[in-house]
Amino acid sequence: MISILRTRLRLGSQTIAYPDGPARFPERFRGRPALDAARCKAGCAECAAVCPTEAVGGAGTSDLSIDLGRCLFCGLCQEACPEGAIAFGRDYRLAARTREELVARGDVPLLAQALGAEMQRVFGRSLKLRQVSAAGCNGCEAELNATGNVQFDLGRFGVQFVASPRHADGVVVTGPVSENMLTGLRKTWEATPAPRLLIAVGACAISGGPFAGSPVCRDGAVGAIDGVPVDLFIPGCPPHPVTILDGLLRLLGRVQGNDLRLTGTGIVAAEPAR
Amino acid sequence: MSSRILQVKNGEAVEARAVPRLSVDDLQGLVADVVTAGGRVAALYGREEAGELLVTAVLPNDREGTLGLLSAPVTKEWPSLAPECPAVQLFERELAEQYGVVPRGHPWPKPVRFEHRLGGAGPDAFGREGPRADIPGGYPFFAMEGEEVHEVAVGPVHAGIIEPGHFRFQCHGEHVFHLEIVLGYQHRGAEGMLVGGPTARTVSLLESVAGDTAVGNALCHARAMEGLAGVEVPPRAAALRAVALELERLANHVGDLGALATDIGFLPTASYCGALRADFLNALAEICGNRFGRGLVVPGGVRFDLPSDAAARLAGRMEEAFSRVEDAAGLFFDSPSSRNRVDGTGVVPKETAQALGLLGPAGRASGLQVDARKTHPFEPYSSATLPMVTLEAGDVHARARIRFDEARASAAFVVQVLRQLPEGPVRAPCPAPRPGRLAVSLVEGWRGELVHAVTTGADGRFARYKLKDPSFHNWMGLQLALRGEQISDFPLCNKSFNLSYCGYDL
Repeated sequence: MISILRTRLRLGSQTIAYPDGPARFPERFRGRPALDAARCKAGCAECAAVCPTEAVGGAGTSDLSIDLGRCLFCGLCQEACPEGAIAFGRDYRLAARTREELVARGDVPLLAQALGAEMQRVFGRSLKLRQVSAAGCNGCEAELNATGNVQFDLGRFGVQFVASPRHADGVVVTGPVSENMLTGLRKTWEATPAPRLLIAVGACAISGGPFAGSPVCRDGAVGAIDGVPVDLFIPGCPPHPVTILDGLLRLLGRVQGNDLRLTGTGIVAAEPAR
Repeated sequence: MSSRILQVKNGEAVEARAVPRLSVDDLQGLVADVVTAGGRVAALYGREEAGELLVTAVLPNDREGTLGLLSAPVTKEWPSLAPECPAVQLFERELAEQYGVVPRGHPWPKPVRFEHRLGGAGPDAFGREGPRADIPGGYPFFAMEGEEVHEVAVGPVHAGIIEPGHFRFQCHGEHVFHLEIVLGYQHRGAEGMLVGGPTARTVSLLESVAGDTAVGNALCHARAMEGLAGVEVPPRAAALRAVALELERLANHVGDLGALATDIGFLPTASYCGALRADFLNALAEICGNRFGRGLVVPGGVRFDLPSDAAARLAGRMEEAFSRVEDAAGLFFDSPSSRNRVDGTGVVPKETAQALGLLGPAGRASGLQVDARKTHPFEPYSSATLPMVTLEAGDVHARARIRFDEARASAAFVVQVLRQLPEGPVRAPCPAPRPGRLAVSLVEGWRGELVHAVTTGADGRFARYKLKDPSFHNWMGLQLALRGEQISDFPLCNKSFNLSYCGYDL
């Protein structure tokens, strides 16, 4: 018992300050890219050539874009660009409500909008989610698990991953949705009582990621369950736990601020409304 | 015998046509001889050459540090070697699924991962064609009869945030007679998608074969590519790769210790290890921007250098981080209530482990001397003093203790390498692979030995990219560990193996 207490004292409190304080990221962390299409040289497509997932659009034109739903945040396009038109920054706020909003242009982020007032009233203080890995590589699964640990502590916001779809208010899908897991995903969705949310986490669940075009996968959760739209997309490969937290909290209307304060060690959401 | 087996080094490329072509009898005889003499089979897989199916075996000689290559042309069927060598049973099933080769007399002829044929046309060896019936509905489960025997079916969707798989227990009350595990839900067609490469997507796809082993698979791939192109990586790159591989091992081993503690409700270790795992993930992010080390390792070296002063600071932090792990995990091993649950639970005896060809911590916890870092090393492992940690008990405690001991060794290794990073560049140009060559690359990932066996065609593109995660062998170990145990100990046994679903399903 004494040793348990001693260890407890030594390790101290582990929970991150976010969203009241800074969320810290290493210097090389690659979050939202800032694009400067004005620098693009006509006819140049070096960024598109090295992209593993065809995420770069309009290369060499004034309509340069990166589809964050496909992007693996590997940074190869930035490395390849001779003009410095692409710069991955440390803005971890990547989630969006629609597939179109995931296509990044310029350097002004489009942030995820909150649910409507009624859904916010229903889920705002308690959201229980069932996770389905539909051929996820265990990267997104690991980061979703991490959101529940003592560091990120999703539970402090009333958000929790539960064991049964019967207890859940929504389904979080990871992976490109394999043929072999399609029935499992659909049955889990059917077992979840309405009103319910469908959330796609990671490049695979949004677009198929590195498995886009696989003959035995469905290129992610969009359209995998007949007639069911995705309510929230959280990009990344895998998304950082804080990116996941930010997406969920914005969906619930519990983080709204749009300002970023840069510090030497990380990025701070200036005044997140809670 | 030597002329019938081509001996190569880990990562060395040879002319694909130089791999000896034997009769099926001779190939099976040589495989059986190696297994009987205590050796193992790293891969036994199909590849096509000029329209002909060649079953190719990779037989590692762990004492000499060489890999034996041999092949045999096979058409529709061959006699099963599995009754004699249980370690090849799954390879034969894979050949049946991927190429339609029927293993005559196989005791357990069932699908592996419900994939479509890779080669040839028509129905596969299980008589299937076209879209698959739902798994597990389409699977012939082993069933026990008797009035009081009952079945427990779990999955594919499990209670936690876990990959999908189906577990079917034959029980009498709490007592488990038999556990059968059906996988395939995660199948993404990785091997098929790699054919025709390398492309801009190859490395990312391989990092996603098992996202918790991104560094391991990227390194295994890079070493195969370097072999095929005939280039050496600069020493500083080799050192940084090894640091990344060991950080991946540390993160996962420490996370596993926390997960084991979670499953027996021992919260102090569960909470601390869950958080401490992040120190190692964040160290990877500090090197390359991604917590799983994605994008770091590429053919020819690494994409990110670590300045020496940053490396020295990181070494200090890793030393401190592991001393915290010593505290947090130490609580678990010193607590009588946790020891009561793990000691003697889920035993895999050495003979069983040997027969199944268990790899990684699971094999070493049962006394097998299997660690590719020691037996088939490359720099900086060949000149390092990393110990091979083995235990004899083969129970949950041993599989936990192995992780603790290995994590300690890895931490010391990381600190040492970071403090003595060789000077120089971190990347050498890696030209396109030469045509008509075959390279087999082995890397000891945190779960055990990864195998990438790559063949290029006449155009220099990948004609066949065979992948093998250690979980391919180890899932059978988990099934046998459960025999005679209580079903309530399943989560504990499962976590003590912590195998990859997607690494198996590909």
